Amino acid sequence: MKNIQRRFEQLKQQGEKGLVAFVTAGDPDFDASRALIEKMIDAGVDVLELGVPFSDPTADGPTIQKASQRALKSGMTLKKVIELTTVLREKTDIPIILFSYYNPLLAYGLTNFYDDAVKAGADGVLLVDLPIEESDELTSKWPGDGLALIRLIAPTTPTERIEKIAASASGFLYLVSKTGVTGSDGLDTSEIKMNVERAKNITDIPVCVGFGISTPEDVKTVAASADGVVIGSAFERVIEENIGSQGLNDLIFDFTKSLKDATK
Amino acid sequence: MTQTIKIDTGPDANGHFGEFGGRYAAETLMPALLELEEAYYRITAEQKFQKEFSELLDKYTGRPTPLYYAKRLSEDIGGAKIYLKREDLAHTGAHKINNTIGQALLANWMGKKKIIAETGAGQHGVATATVAALFGMECKIFMGKEDVGRQAANVHRMELLNAEVIPVTSGTATLKDAMNEAMRYWVGAVLDTYYVIGSVAGPHPYPVMVRDFQRIIGDEAKQQIMEQVGRLPDKLVACVGGGSNAMGLFYPFLNDDIEMVGVEAAGEGIDTGRHAVTLGEGSVGVLHGSKSYVLQDADGQITEAHSVSAGLDYPGVGPEHSLLKEMERVVYKSIDDSEALKAFKALCTFEGIIPALESSHALAQTFKEAAAMDKNKIIVVNLSGRGDKDLGIVRSLGNDYF
Repeated sequence: MKNIQRRFEQLKQQGEKGLVAFVTAGDPDFDASRALIEKMIDAGVDVLELGVPFSDPTADGPTIQKASQRALKSGMTLKKVIELTTVLREKTDIPIILFSYYNPLLAYGLTNFYDDAVKAGADGVLLVDLPIEESDELTSKWPGDGLALIRLIAPTTPTERIEKIAASASGFLYLVSKTGVTGSDGLDTSEIKMNVERAKNITDIPVCVGFGISTPEDVKTVAASADGVVIGSAFERVIEENIGSQGLNDLIFDFTKSLKDATK
Repeated sequence: MTQTIKIDTGPDANGHFGEFGGRYAAETLMPALLELEEAYYRITAEQKFQKEFSELLDKYTGRPTPLYYAKRLSEDIGGAKIYLKREDLAHTGAHKINNTIGQALLANWMGKKKIIAETGAGQHGVATATVAALFGMECKIFMGKEDVGRQAANVHRMELLNAEVIPVTSGTATLKDAMNEAMRYWVGAVLDTYYVIGSVAGPHPYPVMVRDFQRIIGDEAKQQIMEQVGRLPDKLVACVGGGSNAMGLFYPFLNDDIEMVGVEAAGEGIDTGRHAVTLGEGSVGVLHGSKSYVLQDADGQITEAHSVSAGLDYPGVGPEHSLLKEMERVVYKSIDDSEALKAFKALCTFEGIIPALESSHALAQTFKEAAAMDKNKIIVVNLSGRGDKDLGIVRSLGNDYF
């Protein structure tokens, strides 16, 4: 958890904003995914969100749905995502967040998950379908505070509810840029700015914005107000369009670098 | 004199039925779910709402539906007397209309002008398209591409009713994926759109709301059997996909000393792995916004369900059923495709009634139960829908099943 805080403090000192990269772990398979992620880290990713593929991703648009399907087809499981975390941790000290739907964790066992994720070197977890009302089951089975619980807030979230969510959030607050699933089009930058300011009036932890951000221009605009910018579907699109191509790793490197440069 | 049993299934303030239920939803939807819960309890407490609801049920859908003693069928089986609760005679041909009238009326009171729904067999889609027309609302129905093919008649009905049918190709292209897609659409349209969930599944308050709108089935059956034979039945039987027709029949009887049997679809047989026996063979998990039994692998990935009946082809089940199973208040059994088809044909032959394939599962189990009971015993089975929609699939299977 401290690792996340440290990273954002460091960024602040350098006058930069955070590039938070979401990648579906195991897309298109374990080894290829690992190589891609290492390229992204080399290109300057500040925080990594490792997506745990799920059969029924109701908050995701078609791009991440397809990425999940490819990963599942290659045999990816939560256990293997944790293995991937161990492997990546040997190479990098950037914060790693496991991003999942709740059911794979339930099946894994909540205490076992905590132990194994911490041991692997994960810094936090984000559960897209676990609102504050249902979280006690999870946190009561966690024996320590080794994992940050990243919380989502949406444009539809009333201020009073943001206060409740922020009170139980750690690491950073993930502001969903708009009503819609991941990867949907159209950014309303003035609305985003307003929502970031609303959140920052409530909490001291960093506020990162995600959903529908795909170009360096988008990043620049959003980073003007937010502490970090989350990119997911845009990476998955590059992967999807270039699977099997030898140039994929270089393409991902260049794309990631162009996004990182936009945060400076 | 029947004994009284103390059963309180809930839900509690956060929508939990024991350890099941709850609200496992994306944050974008949470305010809408909280708003819906508040509106549901406030509006349905109003007498004016209940009066409008009840008038529509009577005058528009033709309630009460009959409770009919299937004499020839009972005599042929030679056991308990079988009574059919004729939900197939409700407008649009299934019990689904009770819930869609309730929810559309609620949406109307809440000022929502657009509604969406998922559908499997198409019965809930038709019932939603129907009330959309009735209230002048814009309507989109999400339906798995697989089901669009096998339930073509219902697709035409929905289109005639001016609903837009959106075929869903993701995942297994059946009911579960239709629900995924409807939830995704709702996340983007939540500010002006009401989502009409068709079963006692989904996040709170849907399971309690749908149960309450469907309990009319059991309330009527109770009154009717008292009028006709002067006592309560010995057993109730209903099929369970998501479980709304079963909750509707069972709920008003939970505190009576009556056996209840829920019937899941065993598809091609439990041993083949191609089935929809969620309560019988599944384990506890979270799917579509609530915690309940689900069909899943060891890694928590939801697995495919299989059944000849599109309405039972679902790897989840309503959370209140999970609680009733754990309490052992309801016994859950399963019937495979072939047994269901035989029961389908038997009802045609002995009573001149063509049942839905979903309801045929309940009938097949009823035949087994009745055969093992005395002639003075009474079973009420929920004939949840009519079978016109299934003629194509039954025909394509040929006569070998009968």
